[in-house]
Amino acid sequence: MARPFATARFLPICVLALAMLAFPAAAQEVGAEARGFLRPLGPIAELQRTELIWASVLISIAILPVLIGVPVILWRYRRRNTRARYAPDWSFDTRLEIVMWVVPALIVIALSVWLTQAVIRIDPYREIDAAMADEMGFEIEGPPVRVDVVGLDWKWLFLYPEEGIASVGEMIVPVGHPVRMRITSDTVMQSFMASGLAGQIYAMAGMETRLNLIADEPGVTLAQNTQYNGPHFPSQRAPVRAVPVAEFDAWADDARRAGVTLDAESYAALAVAGTVDDARERLGLDGAGPIQLRLDDAFLFDRVVGRYRTGEPVPRDAQPGSPAYTPDATFLPEMANLLPGALCGPGDGRPVERVAGLSLSARLAALDLSLPDEETRP
Amino acid sequence: MSAKAQNAHPGMNLGYGEGARKAEVDVFGFWVFLMTDLVTFGLVFAIFGTMVGATAGGPGPEEVTDLRSIAIQTALLLGSSFAFSWASLSMKYDRGRGRTLIFLSFAATSALGFLVMEFIDLRHLVEIGATPQRSGYLSALWALVGLHGLHVAVGLLGVGSLTGQILLYGLTDKIKSRVTRLGLYWHFLDIVWVGIFSMVYLAGVA
Amino acid sequence: MNEDAWTPIPGSGFDWNPLTGRLHWGDLKLLEVFEDPSINSFVASAASWIAVLAALAIVILLTVKRRWGWLWSEWLVSVDHKKIGIMYILTGFVMMARGVAEGVVMRTHQATAYQGGFLSNEHWAELFSTHGTVMIFFVAMPFITGFMNYLIPLQIGARDMAFPVLNQISLGLTATGGALVMISLVVGAFETGGWTAYPPFTGADFDPGPGPDYWVWAIVLSGIGSMLSGLNFAVTIYKLRAPGMTFMRMPVFCWTALCTSILLVFALPPLTVAGLMQALDRLAGFHFFTNDLGGNMMNYANLFWMFGHPEVYILILPAYGIYSELTATFAAKKLYGYTSLVLATMSIAVVSFCVWLHHFYTMGQSPTINAAFGIATGIIAIPTGVKVYVWMATLWRGRIRFTVPMIYMAGFFMLFVIGGFSGIILANPAINWQVHNTQFIVAHFHNVLLPGLIFGIFAGVHIWFPKAFGFRLHERAGAITAFLWIAGFSLTFLPLYVVGLLGYPRRSAAFEDPAFIPYMIVTLCGAFVLLSAFIGLIVTLWLSVRHRDELAVPLGDPWDGRTLEWATPSPPPHYNFAVIPEITGRDAFATEKAEGRPYVTPTEYRDIHMPRDSVAGVFVFLCTTAIGFGLTWWIWWLAILGALVLLGWMFIYPFFDRTDEVIPAETVRLANEAWIAAISLREGVDRDDETTPRNRGFAATDMEQAT
Repeated sequence: MARPFATARFLPICVLALAMLAFPAAAQEVGAEARGFLRPLGPIAELQRTELIWASVLISIAILPVLIGVPVILWRYRRRNTRARYAPDWSFDTRLEIVMWVVPALIVIALSVWLTQAVIRIDPYREIDAAMADEMGFEIEGPPVRVDVVGLDWKWLFLYPEEGIASVGEMIVPVGHPVRMRITSDTVMQSFMASGLAGQIYAMAGMETRLNLIADEPGVTLAQNTQYNGPHFPSQRAPVRAVPVAEFDAWADDARRAGVTLDAESYAALAVAGTVDDARERLGLDGAGPIQLRLDDAFLFDRVVGRYRTGEPVPRDAQPGSPAYTPDATFLPEMANLLPGALCGPGDGRPVERVAGLSLSARLAALDLSLPDEETRP
Repeated sequence: MSAKAQNAHPGMNLGYGEGARKAEVDVFGFWVFLMTDLVTFGLVFAIFGTMVGATAGGPGPEEVTDLRSIAIQTALLLGSSFAFSWASLSMKYDRGRGRTLIFLSFAATSALGFLVMEFIDLRHLVEIGATPQRSGYLSALWALVGLHGLHVAVGLLGVGSLTGQILLYGLTDKIKSRVTRLGLYWHFLDIVWVGIFSMVYLAGVA
Repeated sequence: MNEDAWTPIPGSGFDWNPLTGRLHWGDLKLLEVFEDPSINSFVASAASWIAVLAALAIVILLTVKRRWGWLWSEWLVSVDHKKIGIMYILTGFVMMARGVAEGVVMRTHQATAYQGGFLSNEHWAELFSTHGTVMIFFVAMPFITGFMNYLIPLQIGARDMAFPVLNQISLGLTATGGALVMISLVVGAFETGGWTAYPPFTGADFDPGPGPDYWVWAIVLSGIGSMLSGLNFAVTIYKLRAPGMTFMRMPVFCWTALCTSILLVFALPPLTVAGLMQALDRLAGFHFFTNDLGGNMMNYANLFWMFGHPEVYILILPAYGIYSELTATFAAKKLYGYTSLVLATMSIAVVSFCVWLHHFYTMGQSPTINAAFGIATGIIAIPTGVKVYVWMATLWRGRIRFTVPMIYMAGFFMLFVIGGFSGIILANPAINWQVHNTQFIVAHFHNVLLPGLIFGIFAGVHIWFPKAFGFRLHERAGAITAFLWIAGFSLTFLPLYVVGLLGYPRRSAAFEDPAFIPYMIVTLCGAFVLLSAFIGLIVTLWLSVRHRDELAVPLGDPWDGRTLEWATPSPPPHYNFAVIPEITGRDAFATEKAEGRPYVTPTEYRDIHMPRDSVAGVFVFLCTTAIGFGLTWWIWWLAILGALVLLGWMFIYPFFDRTDEVIPAETVRLANEAWIAAISLREGVDRDDETTPRNRGFAATDMEQAT
């Protein structure tokens, strides 16, 4: 028999839990500076939030009847209620069957159409251009910025090949400029997520994945690694600051004047497993917080990917993240030593599998890279 | 149920009694097992497919394929299957256990020849540096060929065990059902080999 | 490291000797706390001490009570599907104790994670990895396998499985996996890459230690066992149904069991392949999933989830079967929409193979592929939705009795739809990119597995425990426990949806956002409620055993059941049915009762042939444990010895002709007539008295009275 005392006890707990579910945004306001996709910084995350809301509404059509109907049925048809009708042999009804199958099917069809549109619209590989801006109703205020990301153990390394700078533990993007990212890992698999701007994508050694995003207002979100990669996994979160373009340029100038240049040697030191502060120490820098570096090698990212694509084994002591790793053993291959087809990523027919052109210009053309062009910069 | 429906495995000529009923369950179970094995092989094939390009600068299909040897291996394995089917037929028509055993030994010898050839081939691969440690492609190749070879070896042990059983007990209902099942396994390995032959070796050098 | 010593894997840094491989005294975790006293090592050492002491306690208890012979001859060598089923479920409960304890420790850590928590990061990682592995492979799998074992032959009117010895071997292999995971608690360490064990993190380059090897061998060996179980169940259902039991007359549980078996047969090979390739990478230096030389970890992700997604349905389908049986029984009503349920079950089984990619939308495929898998995932929600509606329609116009199973069912309804809700949200790649790998996922899969699977299992335990042991479970304790599970689940996991949406990654030992603190505290409270719910299970069992005389239902039908298993005494005889029944319709036993002709004495009894006891299961368990342990610690002689003995046995075994055990017709007649006589001496019990001592398992069919 039902035990009302237990139900009564259980109810407030349930209400509390549901209430907490209902106000995530309110909870987030408390002391949190970084914004997630529930308070998006850009149109892509905003679309994701919209999808979440509308999908929730649509699915509710299917589940509300259960949430309301079950308690009603349980109460009305309890054994003691002899007034309720009892139909022990009733086991089929054509109309009910049709409703049971068709309503969820219709919802799924609607959701499918929707998700297909959304997936195509905000495909992480889709470069943000005027057509996309038109489609989604936002504005592009300047030329794209290229950011290459290398996932190292417990820190993100951001390379800005066009600006000739690199940054560890902090990513700055100019508001209104599309950001074109190539992502790889120089250790185990990681997953890059800057929630306030776009969804996540995996970073895998020897491969590149891509992510495109744009901020339409200044603010901060976090670039988190969400794929467990060892003891200091929770520390692998870098602030991503969307700032006005002037501020971005000033930051880039600052970084270019940084004392340390990112080359094969300093990269090897940087790659040692550790947090950003550990990396600072290793590079012989004072202070704390994000590290800014000069970057002279526009192909550093390609060489990091190519490390695993030379046809030579990469021994343990040359694999950052391995307990046996020693910075001295690390090497970054010359572009000329990479195997054909060395730079590739997941998925067939995606515009990523390009032959490693050996001349600079061919390589740039193949990778859609352009050298920093003074005229296109504001 | 009609008598016809019950004699589900005419290949064994067990009649319609308890023996046939048991064999029906056992053979069906074995088919299901072969299905799981087929899925396993299918997946290893699929992995091989994704890794054909992953030679990492090491030996590729041309280097690892010795078509002459592969042709002989194929002939040996198909011959072994052929001999096995003769063994099954002699069993079905009660031509005496001697005949069944002779054909079984043909099948086993032929399969042993296959394994020896395969072993020589693989040793050659080691000599030219095409070890599974060299590249993803070679890992997949060794895993696929090795898995098949291992199956053949286990099958050979099975033939040995069955030979002993036939010698000891004769062709009883139970043993007939075992011969039938081993036969299925044997032909199944042939089909897998056809896959390996065409996907790994022929496609590799085509 | 001794530079001169030969080690199988150069540069791995392990001191190796031929006798004990890379195993040394220092690997014993029992001693850790004495070497480095801290809360963390205390927790780790305490866990291994508990494991060792519990094992010791069992050994001592068995010795003092002189029960070794009983354990051996009644249980370990038995090929009776019912005993094997019970052993599976018992294994599940024992492993669940560990899983729940780990869950509580993790939640405690996470509630204090803003301050950094009290566990070391490695220990934390080991905890979430073992928790997941144990809960999926050694709690959920044994539970469902146990239920299928116990129920399939009884429900289809068979005497045993198609391959009883194979069934025992499957149990042996599952036990091997469980044993390896338990050994890892005491010797060495488990892997730290989560239950999915994605390489390259778990590859030899990044984790050369024994942890990932423990995982690989526990999973591969128990996985082979599960595959063989699936094969056995499928053949049993296809070939051993009682005369007249057509497919469309099978109880729905058998349908779900059939679909699960088919899934087991097709879905376990990918896991085995992935595990063995991982082992080749680790032990032999292959390059399947390594970073360099053409290895590709994406293949692992695909293989793993080709297993992993069907696995979700492997687990949940039998629970759906239990819910189907229980709604009809406890609403005293025919199951609504049998055909729809069967269709839905089959569609789920088929479509479950077409959705695996939704576990990694984030790997950079083209939008077309992502969308296709998103749509497939949406499609699988349709039959799932239909099932929920079918159960609602079954309750509608019923006469619902709020026994313990119905409480679980109510909890399932209300909570499972939330899990379904989040599931469809996750199916959308655009949203998935945001919540993948966050606590949202943790909330989602606990939401479908706890209220979905575990509630079903516990409801099933309440329903079929009296069948298996001849007495009901304590009703009041059971009800309190059920409410504790419902409340505990809601408190623990619903808040995780919120922190997930706020971007808290899963498997995170620490967080920096103070906004998460209140949620994590609620979650911690919930974890303790769950712990008390687990203790509630033990209390329920204890109370039931104490009051077993007043709870006794020897006549076999305490719930006015509808399917064949209730037409046997409790516990059923070894041979299940005195005479194999002729089936004329669905709900065979309910039909008999409605027509007023249950418990008919058969006119003729025959000798019954039953398979004899076998040591195969124990033997395979010992050999495979030796192989697994040997390969984990590079003790080659042990692994080779285990493999050779096993292989030799496999080929010598057929030489020994197994004869059946014959139970004479007279014995069967006496037992059966005694039972029927006992029934005829009693009045059937009304459903109002279902939970009173008057219920002795002879149900009065009171559908008319209630109307």
